[in-house]
Amino acid sequence: MSQTNDTYFVPEDSRWPVFGVPGMVLLAVGFSNFLNGGSWGVPVMVIGALMTLTMTVMWFRDVIVESVSGMYSDRVDRSFRQGMAWFIFSEVMFFGAFFGALFYARVFSVPWLGGDDPETSRFLWDSVTLAWPTAGPGMLDLDFTPMGAWALPTINTLILLSSGVTLTWAHHAMKHNDRPKVILGLAATVLLGTIFMCVQSYEYVHAYQDLNLRLDTGIYGSTFFMLTGFHGLHVTIGAITLLVILLRVIRGHFTADNHFGFEAAAWYWHFVDVVWLGLYIFVYLI
Amino acid sequence: MSATTHDAHDAHHHGPPPGYLTRWLFTTNHKDLGVLYLVFALAMFFVGGAMAMIIRAELFQPGLTLVDPHFFNQMTTMHALVMIFGAVMPGFTGLANWLIPVQIGAPDMALPRVNNWAFWLLPAGFVLLLATLFMPGGSPAGGWTMYPPLILQLGDAFPFLIFAVHILGISSIMGSINIVATILNLRAPGMTLMKMPLFVWAWLITGFLIIAVMPVLAGAVTMLLTDQYFGTSFFSAAGGGDPVMFQHIFWFFGHPEVYILILPAFGIVSAIIPTFTRKPLFGYSSMVYATASIAFLIFIVWGHHMFSVGMPLSGQLFFMYATMLVAVPTGVKIFNWMATMWQGSMTFETPMLFAIAFVLLFTVGGLSGVMLALAPVDLQYHDTYFVVAHFHYVLVTGAIFSIMAAVYFWLPKWTGHMYDERLGKWHFWLSTISVNVLFFPQHFLGLAGMPRRIPDYALQFADFNMISSIGGFAFGLSQLLFVWIIVKCVRGGEKATDEVWEGAKGLEWTLPSPAPYHTFETPPTVK
Repeated sequence: MSQTNDTYFVPEDSRWPVFGVPGMVLLAVGFSNFLNGGSWGVPVMVIGALMTLTMTVMWFRDVIVESVSGMYSDRVDRSFRQGMAWFIFSEVMFFGAFFGALFYARVFSVPWLGGDDPETSRFLWDSVTLAWPTAGPGMLDLDFTPMGAWALPTINTLILLSSGVTLTWAHHAMKHNDRPKVILGLAATVLLGTIFMCVQSYEYVHAYQDLNLRLDTGIYGSTFFMLTGFHGLHVTIGAITLLVILLRVIRGHFTADNHFGFEAAAWYWHFVDVVWLGLYIFVYLI
Repeated sequence: MSATTHDAHDAHHHGPPPGYLTRWLFTTNHKDLGVLYLVFALAMFFVGGAMAMIIRAELFQPGLTLVDPHFFNQMTTMHALVMIFGAVMPGFTGLANWLIPVQIGAPDMALPRVNNWAFWLLPAGFVLLLATLFMPGGSPAGGWTMYPPLILQLGDAFPFLIFAVHILGISSIMGSINIVATILNLRAPGMTLMKMPLFVWAWLITGFLIIAVMPVLAGAVTMLLTDQYFGTSFFSAAGGGDPVMFQHIFWFFGHPEVYILILPAFGIVSAIIPTFTRKPLFGYSSMVYATASIAFLIFIVWGHHMFSVGMPLSGQLFFMYATMLVAVPTGVKIFNWMATMWQGSMTFETPMLFAIAFVLLFTVGGLSGVMLALAPVDLQYHDTYFVVAHFHYVLVTGAIFSIMAAVYFWLPKWTGHMYDERLGKWHFWLSTISVNVLFFPQHFLGLAGMPRRIPDYALQFADFNMISSIGGFAFGLSQLLFVWIIVKCVRGGEKATDEVWEGAKGLEWTLPSPAPYHTFETPPTVK
């Protein structure tokens, strides 16, 4: 450990969790009521979501104010780095559960149901052959087209990968205190992320309208939409984060050697990129 | 552990902020949050305990005697969820909050506001979970493992269960990120990794496990939710999925989870036994390596929960051998604790009694675990009371006993008063005798074939069940004594010295008792 005599910043109190946590409860209660077919779920959900959002915004506001007024030492900075790194690790494991489901379905359950395992087929769907992509033995007459890999998804992959490049370019500019270039690079990244999301939305509409590929199209539809859906959610969160960082750069919040907010958002964006590569390979290509 | 170069605590002790309610609601102080976590865990221990009393009352005699079978199933399910996510995990997190900063010479936790959030998510999650008891269709009743398709038959409570698990998961992940960041970033100068107390080491690895597996549980229950409401087919064979897939994903979380519930206990016992033996811990570095290798092995053993659901022979053999390997590092720990006690000048205060009982009784649970690891014999034991006996030996006389040992051990540091040693010994002996009366007969019941999670049983099981229930009621009542001892100690008692225990080593014992509100604002130097 380095020998530092700085006093570690410990905030006096924290009001926002106690405000936001009831919001999270309302969000859960409202959503549950909605799912159970209740009548009052949606407004409660909206109130809960707004409270949770308020917690997030105000909490980050406090942190930004403290950061800009120089209350954070290097050691606080390292705590934030640790926190963000472990948070991204937890996100990786969350996606891991869904990739695990995809691999399990493709390697085990679909072949077993499709005749590889004589016992299973004898007791369930005898003399059925299944091959990925499939909606399962119970929906054999369902006619759907799987999502192709070459046209739009490949272009979208290139869009997302170039957004990683523009972001790294912005980061290098940040290290040289070249603010106009940082702004340009960040704006390009947010723009590319937005284009990516537009293409994804188009792809979803295309899937539902033209391909008859839906969330309930058996295990193929389930894994396709849950993996790309959670990824899209994370891209959206990442793009909003980068947009906030862009506004902060415009306000002159960061310096060449003190810009962890920028780096955290960049780490998150690269994580989202890497998840997309996994998706592109295992959901679209193979 | 090493000595400090200067008197460790800071000169200006400014106390907690004014305002009683706002102090506890808004606090970012690791000691306040530690207290909140521990009080919450104690409360949930009694909520889950009350459910256990209902279970044992129903099983006191054969026949459907007391409660509706569906309610009985709700009790077994909720008892597990409350005890795991409400009592043991928050109990350990509370100890981590209180102890890790003072054991590594940090001014507080690395992310104090996240700490506050992580705590307040717990009552939020339990509001959702416990509210299900009053809903149409009742609370979850398909077992805490939430296997589909059974769990999908749950009524209105279903989404509440899922979101409660999400919120409790966020709480655990945030708490763990904070603990890991604290350990890696806020150690005092000279406190190298291999000088850290073993409780800190155990929590570093536990924190890693929680961050790695709680998101997997979140993913699994999200798939349950979409299968139920949005037409996905993850766990439906008709759509090409597989109900057994849920079991794989769940136990990929679930098996590391059971070590999340025991590794901090290893750390606690490794602090207590050397203190009352007045010898340094035998084999410190082997303890660290053993903990780390356990953390690796438990990621590749989840299949041993599923031997009876059907699995290729190669899978059964792999999971069987990998599981048996876990016994090696665990055995290293048991031998190290015994070697620490060997030729020590031992005294038997209450924390030491609980720690020794932990070593003996956890080993009983560990050995029955090795029996269960054997795929061929597991086919007989699976879903019998033998399994119930096994995991209650590791969780009650393991995890819970270690938390009790920790409370007695550090209570004087927290309150500044010694607890009542006579009552503490009463609590220990009542608990230890009754817990064995409660769980030991369950081994025999299971070997004779009594299934778990069933409210009625064949007449041949009547005697052992009655003995077990009597032990259960006695154990439940004994815990009231525990609360009384804590209350008494908080309110007053013999003044505790700074060192508290004659053989105590470590930074926390250089602080005054009770430890001031802020400690180590200037980091101590550890040699």
